[in-house]
Amino acid sequence: MGSLVQSVDWLAIAPPTVTAVVALVILVADLFLPEERKPLLGGIAIGGLLLAGLSLLPLHDGDRSTFCLSTGTRACSYTADHFTLVIQFLVLGGALLTALLSVSTLTDFKLPSGEYWFLLLSSAAGAALLPASRDLATLVVALEVASLPAFALVGLRRDDRRSSEAALKFFLSSVTATAVMLLGVSFVYAATGTLHLTQVAETLTDVDPRLETLAQAGVALTLVGFAFKTAAVPFHFWVPDTYVGAPLPIAAYLSVIGKAVGFTGLILVTVVAFPSYSDIWGPALAVLAALTMTVGNAAALRQRADRANSAVRLLAWSSVGQAGYLLVPIAAAAYTDDPAHAIGSTVAYALMYAVVNLGAFAVAALVARTSPANRIADYRGLYARRPLAALAMGFFLLCLAGLPPGIIGLFAKVTVFSAAVDAGLGWLAVVMAINVVIALYYYLQWTAVLFRAPDEAEAAEGHQRLRVPTPLATAIALAAVLGIALSGAPQLVLRFASGALL
Amino acid sequence: MQILLAAIVVVPLLGAVAALLPAPPGLKGKSPDQAVLRHGVTVTGAVLALSVALAAGFDHDDPARMQATTDISWIPALGIRIHLGVDGVSLPLLVLTALLTFLSALYSYFKMPDGPSPKAFVALILVLESGTLASFAVLDLMLFFLAFEMVLIPMYFLIARWGGDGRERAAWRFILYTLLGSVVMLLGLLLIGIKGGTFDMVALATDNGSGLSHTTQLVAVLAIGVGLAVKAPMWPLHSWLPDAHTAAPTVGSVLLAGVLLKMGTYGFVRILLPITPDGVHTFAPYLAAFAVVGIIYGSLVCLALARSGAGGDLKRLIAYSSVGHMGFVLLGIATLTPTGVNGALFANIAHGLITGLLFFLVGAVKDRYGTSDLDRLSGASGAALYGKAPRLGGLLAFGAVASLGLPGLAGFWGEMLAMFGSFEPAEGLSRPAYLTFMVIAGFGTLLTAAYMLVVVRRVCMGGDGEGGAHAPAPTSLADVQTYEFAAWTPLVALTVLAGLWPAALLGLTDPAVQQLLRGGN
Repeated sequence: MGSLVQSVDWLAIAPPTVTAVVALVILVADLFLPEERKPLLGGIAIGGLLLAGLSLLPLHDGDRSTFCLSTGTRACSYTADHFTLVIQFLVLGGALLTALLSVSTLTDFKLPSGEYWFLLLSSAAGAALLPASRDLATLVVALEVASLPAFALVGLRRDDRRSSEAALKFFLSSVTATAVMLLGVSFVYAATGTLHLTQVAETLTDVDPRLETLAQAGVALTLVGFAFKTAAVPFHFWVPDTYVGAPLPIAAYLSVIGKAVGFTGLILVTVVAFPSYSDIWGPALAVLAALTMTVGNAAALRQRADRANSAVRLLAWSSVGQAGYLLVPIAAAAYTDDPAHAIGSTVAYALMYAVVNLGAFAVAALVARTSPANRIADYRGLYARRPLAALAMGFFLLCLAGLPPGIIGLFAKVTVFSAAVDAGLGWLAVVMAINVVIALYYYLQWTAVLFRAPDEAEAAEGHQRLRVPTPLATAIALAAVLGIALSGAPQLVLRFASGALL
Repeated sequence: MQILLAAIVVVPLLGAVAALLPAPPGLKGKSPDQAVLRHGVTVTGAVLALSVALAAGFDHDDPARMQATTDISWIPALGIRIHLGVDGVSLPLLVLTALLTFLSALYSYFKMPDGPSPKAFVALILVLESGTLASFAVLDLMLFFLAFEMVLIPMYFLIARWGGDGRERAAWRFILYTLLGSVVMLLGLLLIGIKGGTFDMVALATDNGSGLSHTTQLVAVLAIGVGLAVKAPMWPLHSWLPDAHTAAPTVGSVLLAGVLLKMGTYGFVRILLPITPDGVHTFAPYLAAFAVVGIIYGSLVCLALARSGAGGDLKRLIAYSSVGHMGFVLLGIATLTPTGVNGALFANIAHGLITGLLFFLVGAVKDRYGTSDLDRLSGASGAALYGKAPRLGGLLAFGAVASLGLPGLAGFWGEMLAMFGSFEPAEGLSRPAYLTFMVIAGFGTLLTAAYMLVVVRRVCMGGDGEGGAHAPAPTSLADVQTYEFAAWTPLVALTVLAGLWPAALLGLTDPAVQQLLRGGN
């Protein structure tokens, strides 16, 4: 009879732990640092994220798990398999880029840096914990750790009414989602008597017929909760206002890491925990995917270039559209015998999306420094003012659109298409094709604006050339280099689409 | 050989990057603009030299075999390989592309279109060249798609930034139409790739559709066909073309008509015919019907534009004539016979040469008169180009006559062979239907002759200009300049050569076509 105390593999849990510890260090250090030394906190945060990223290296075999039951089934709560590692890499890398974006925003808007870095790193720690969770309780806890600091981050612009409103909207919708999900989880627990995902999967195959309805309701409610987190239609309405109200780096963070969190959770519950209910969640997710991409793209198409904040609004709506593409392979996983393969497409797409979307937000942050209204019209003639930034932005937008030279964007879409076609979801592939074309329209229009000749009046007045802050330039350069490297060797991320991840 | 072909695709891309960088010391030239335009001429010239070397090294005794092949794995996850190669079908198109791009670069060196910096212009032309050459050289469906898409962005910017009136709208229309088509095409290509188990064109062609069910083939042909037909363009999907041509700068029009349209028809021959033979067989009569409608429609529009008082634009007229000519190409393909397909490929090249020349000439006329509006050009009595600028007038007449298919010039053989093919279409296709198509196409050649002669009469002939009250032109016009001669002579010479010695080209394409129709064996 072994001890009931579970052994802990500290190396395996290093990525989220390091992030969380650094977050605490920052919180404490903030108390003792004089005002003029506060920028040091940003350095600590970036260093911490780098360290957490490095701690992924020793795990690359992908065979570790910890917090296992010491008796019985020996199911584990924390698993560092390849899927986990890839998502953790995405989360930590994304958080790192966000941190680089944030440095100049913090000084520009005079945001409280101690709180900011603490909240950002806490959220990142939660997001890094999530892909490793293999039981429903850890999953919910991780999700909340990732979300709760995000509410505060959205509302951090204290003097801005819109910011608080955005935070409230985000908070209310997210809390509703959590409540619904918790209800679902408790139903599932009641029906199966276990929280471990693999156990749930086994038990769900032969549920007591009297508990059948309960289990089904549990599955449905849990999915609804995650759909909320991924901003899938019809749970998307908080997105544009939240993105516009939040500080720009936080909008970038939410659009990438927020989404990644939702998707990882969705993948874990659907493919790992509820495979026996694939006939329910498969079609539901397919419809959700179709709706999400259509609504997101249609709304993005309707953004007027001269409206205030249209750039962020367009990115917000397009991120809803992109979420639709990300859902497609998950839906396809319900129809194939090889769900790991389909999931890989989502992961590959998410990696591509993370790089180029953060890049686009980085350029948006750069432009926002000179034109605070951040209208798409402000991008006119960017090529004349900042040729490199304009080229980078053009590249990011074309990647999002999936057109050469954004080769990685194109092939990421191809993997999603082929997942859909493979699964026999021809109609979904066609819906997606139509959406890709709609999206091409607005991405291309934006790209064209970049290279148009600047306005006469504007050219005469002459833009005061602000120096680009080094961290911001680093973020743009990093995203661009990654994007170009991936375009040259798409295999780097696309191999996840062919290998078994889960 | 391998290196040659790979270099042909890669060198323009490197050249495009180099064009954006500041010129190295020693190559600065008179001004940065001049230096970058010269850079464009050098790079395209080098590519032309490479492609001529490739043609010289090509084993002409065995044109059906893929030569100069490179085959490297690129994205194993999707089974995409960098597979390049040329055979008798693609070699002439490669050389044509390299030639037309070089001539365009040469022409721009002396006559840069109005617009922003030449730096971007040269870079875009080079990217365009690389994309076009790649689409003729690749043997992987996904790479073909990539190359097919790669030309869109440069062409968009060429039209939108260096074009004439209404360029923004025309450029948008161009890119949206083609994108819409190519997304559908992508689905078709994926379907073939997934059901056929590979994206490799050679392997798929060798299977000859045996691994694809009839339904799959039908869906794939429909999807891919739509994408290619937009590009070709096939009536009724052609409506982006006239606007794009009218608005594009001269070299843009030359490359669009001379090279880009060929990517569509090349796709039919290279992908659809061998890979999905059953599907093509089902759709061939419809394709042929659309093709002949296009022939008649194009000619009728041209006739209407050529009428006096119609306010027809010469560039627009030639654009519509392209719809007619590409109709012949599609008809040839739709016969599914070696004769017809050879004719189609021949007509492809001929159209590239002749229409390229015509767009150059019309651009020159437009530069001199400041308009390409036929009514304003010719006034009441005719523009009398023979009198004012005899060499220009002569060349224009030559181009028009070649375009209407005079025997002895390049335009003749392709269209005749296409009609020949439809006199006796492939087994299983309805002969009466194809006979009807042939008669209609024959009638189309008559109409073509009619409008081309009207154009020649109105532009080249006429009074001395004094009778025309609103003749806008100066009474004496600059005749053909040396650089213009340099850019046009190769086209004229090749038009005559191809007309007098068609066997040179047909000898290349025929074995390859026979093999493709048999299914790559």
